[in-house]
Parts: sequence; C-alpha cells; structure tokens
Amino acid sequence: MSHTVERHPDHPEIITVNMGPSHPATHGVLRIVLELDGEYVVKAVPHLGYLHRGMEKIAENRTYLQFIPYTDRMDYLSPLAANVGFALAVEELLGVKVPPRQDVIRVMCCELARIGSHLLWLGTHALDLGAATVFFHTFKDREWHYDLVEDLTGARLTTSFSRVGGSARDVTKEWVGKLREFVDAMPKRVDEFETLLTSNTIWLERTQNVGSITAEQAISWGMTGPPLRATGVEYDVRKARPYCGYENYEFDVPTGTNGDVYDRYLVRIEEMRQSCRILDQAIRNLPDGPWYIDDPKIFLPTKKKVLTSMEELIHQFMIVTEGFECPAGEVYHSTEVPKGELGFYVVSTGGKSPYRLRIRSPSFNNLATLPLLVEGRLVADVIATIASLDPVMGEVDR
Amino acid sequence: MEDGKQAIDTLRSRFAEAVVSDGEYRGQHWAVIRRDALIDVCEWLRDAPECAYDLLLDVTALHWPDDAEPFEVVYHLYSRERNDRLRLKTRAGADGSVPSVTSVWDAANWNERETYDMFGIRFEGHPDLRRILMPEEYTDHPLRKEFPLFRG
Repeated sequence: MSHTVERHPDHPEIITVNMGPSHPATHGVLRIVLELDGEYVVKAVPHLGYLHRGMEKIAENRTYLQFIPYTDRMDYLSPLAANVGFALAVEELLGVKVPPRQDVIRVMCCELARIGSHLLWLGTHALDLGAATVFFHTFKDREWHYDLVEDLTGARLTTSFSRVGGSARDVTKEWVGKLREFVDAMPKRVDEFETLLTSNTIWLERTQNVGSITAEQAISWGMTGPPLRATGVEYDVRKARPYCGYENYEFDVPTGTNGDVYDRYLVRIEEMRQSCRILDQAIRNLPDGPWYIDDPKIFLPTKKKVLTSMEELIHQFMIVTEGFECPAGEVYHSTEVPKGELGFYVVSTGGKSPYRLRIRSPSFNNLATLPLLVEGRLVADVIATIASLDPVMGEVDR
Repeated sequence: MEDGKQAIDTLRSRFAEAVVSDGEYRGQHWAVIRRDALIDVCEWLRDAPECAYDLLLDVTALHWPDDAEPFEVVYHLYSRERNDRLRLKTRAGADGSVPSVTSVWDAANWNERETYDMFGIRFEGHPDLRRILMPEEYTDHPLRKEFPLFRG
C-alpha cells in the first residue's frame, strides 16, 4: 500500500492548508503548513516555537536547584525522567555520585515515567486513528500511574522530584507496595491493549508502511528513542552508557525492522513490558541505607537537623538563598527518556548558575524527520506519523 | 571512561594543522577545530572506521563576548560502533559565519537553524537557514550574553 504522487504540470491545483497550532492531532502546539494536491502531501513545513519559553536563557539566571522545576515543563508527560536527567548532569559536573538506594529510586522514577508516557501515546495515537476504545483503557491505567506519582512527589504533573545529590524525599514501604501492585498488573493490561490493535486489520492498514524511514536516514537525522529502534538500530542510552546502575538490570531493548508507524507501535508496547521487568527488579533489590549524598553544602539537610543544629541551619539557608558553587568545567550527560536521548550540556565558569545550559531534546530531533516521512503520502498518514513520532512540544520548543 | 581521546589523537596525526587545541573535563575530551577545515574533519570523523561518528547528537554555541571571535559552535558526536562520544568546537568568524555540516549529517539542519535563531551565527551552505523557535520578524538573538535576562 504505497502511495506516491508526481506533480503533473497540467494540474497546478495545489492548496496550502494549515494544520495546527491548535489541533487535537498535533499533540500540542505544533503547526504544519501542508501543500496538498488533493489528498496527497506535496510539501510539509513544520513551524515550531509556540511553546518556547527560553529555558536555556532562564537557566543562566537560576541556581542549579532552581532549574529543576523547569525540567518538569519540558516533557510534561514524563517529568520524573527529565528531573533525573538534569540532576545526573549537574552531579557529573560536580563529580559526585549518589548512594545505591537513590540510584534505585531514580530507576523507579524513570521507568514509571516511561510507562506513563507510553500510555498517553498509545491512547491518543489510537484515538487519532479513530479507535476510541483504547484511549479509555490506557487513560484508566494512566490515572493509576498518576496516583503513584502523586503519592511519591505530592504532584501529578510538576513533580520536581530529583535533587542534585538525591531526591525531595525517600520512598516509603507503603509506596513501594503500591508500585508492586501496579507492576504486577500492567503486563496483563498491555496484553489487553494488544488484543485491540496488534492484529486489527484497520490498524494494520493505517500503520504498516506508513511514515517509514530507513536506519541510515534515521541515524543521519539524529533520531533516537523508539523511532530509531523501530528501524532496527539497537541504540538505547540505558544499555550503551548506563547510569543509575542500569547495567545491573536484566531487560531487552526491543527493535523493529521496517521503521514505520506500526513498528514504532510494537517497540513502545514491548518497552512497557520491559519497564515492568526493570521495576520488578528495582523493587526486589531496593537497598536500605542513605538515599542522598553526605554533603550538606549541596544537598539540603533534614528538617530535624535544621531545627536542632546551627551549622545545618546555615547550610539550608545558603543552599536555598544562594545555591551551591559548581567548579569551572563542561559536561554532556544524557539519559534515555521515553522519547529518546535527552542530553544536558552544562557549561560552568564556576559560580552558582550555569554559564550555558544546552538541552538536547529527543522530540526536537525526531520531529525534524517529519517532512521526510510524510511528503508524497496521504494527508491522513500525517496524523498517524505525528502520533507515532510522539513529540511533546514542551520539549521541542523548551 | 575517556570519551573522544583516541579520536583526537588520530585527528591530530591526520589533520595536524586543523586542531587548534584540545581539552578534557571529567573524562570528556573535546577538540577545537579551525573552521576552514571543519567539513573535511567532520567527513573524516564520520567515515573513517577508527572514528565512525555516525550520529550528530547536537549542535549549539557558546557566546564569549570578550573574545575577538566571540561565537564558539559546539558539536556533540556519537559513534555507535565504538560507543564513544566526541565534542568538537569551532570559532565562528568575526562576521559570525561558520560552514554548515548539513552535508555531513542531516541532523544539523534543525540544530543549526536553532543556533542561528538564538545566536545569529550564519551557517554557510545551509539549505534553509531560517529562524525556528522565534517568530520570523523577530530581530534579536536571545542567547547572546548582551540580551538581558530581564527587560524593564
């Protein structure tokens, strides 16, 4: 089912259509100017920036800790993962390493965020293509995931959970018990989602050989995450450059073969199961012991100590009002967030704010391939392709 | 881990003239490349089996307002084959121009557009050098250091 269009010189009836910026199927404020020849896309030009808040500029005027809430607002579908990525980058700059218990807490955050993000992607992707039932199922489980996030952080969306050198608080036994229930139930739920779509003829017609990209093209365009792995390239930061002790977990990196919308679907479906596998190991192997670094100049002292010790009170005051000093230097640190490789390039000339903070967002680079994927195809395929790239504009525009 | 060290050593022996300086922090190595050699160096880094940097992760810039050539363009490369990262830097000329690497990696397309938008650096040979995040009629380049953090 391959459609391509050749522009006939006798038929110049090309019309220009604005898709977005406010359109339910563009998943945020993405605007695409489409030149259409009937049902076929001749040219697609994405226009970005509707959600640009100048985060990289803002960072130059904030202490490192003050920037954590901004990371919530990048990929607002998996803020926990971005919190962790930023904290790791600053820790790399400082040259500190968190204790094993915090590593496991962070793995829990990252994988819970991945499941939550993929649940939203699956529901809206299916809804875009007319399969409304899936949406209700995934959003039911997404609520469950949000209950866990809320229990852990006190917020559903703006989690701001990680800290440089630790996290806002420790995980409790009760919470881990609730996470256990979720992890045990989810694989069966994923099986149920699959019964609705994986062999569904309409779904196959709409997704197979649609929005295809080859491995060579994907690499050249800097694609990462599930869209890259759907082409058969097995690049996952968790495996290639492990952080938070990911090298100690047993999990597979699912890959596809055709690099089309359907393979991206299969990859993300399997990733949810693998995330459950990782979470299961994390729960079983959660060590006791400290969950933050023993450095009161970087990590906020506990409230009890602040109220009883003058020195700790001063440390708290200094961290909150002025922030901590970072040495001069520059690091690039990246993590595998649900969308792909999220990198932070932090340049410090010393002092309490970064000289420059560059955010390498996976959605930005993945979305850059959109014209390549949809030009010459049906306009309906644009909808399927955007959903399968799973861009989140908060992260694209920053 | 010593990211990029081996590549910089081979780069120095292959393009002795092109490497201005290099540096390291926390095991991450970078090389400063002369901008007239940038394209040759990048093509070699991508194609030579001992380098194989097939993934261009990011293009961005740093603004050092006190320098004669104030704009430093920074490239982050990754080799899947060797699981190695490399940071390249090059100075844009006093007129703010630097060759575009879009001919080497397609990923440079949007990243260079963003760098142009934010810093005003012109990438010579870019197929479509337009603003990407700010409106087309906008006149400033917000990530330059002289752009105020607060207006008013």
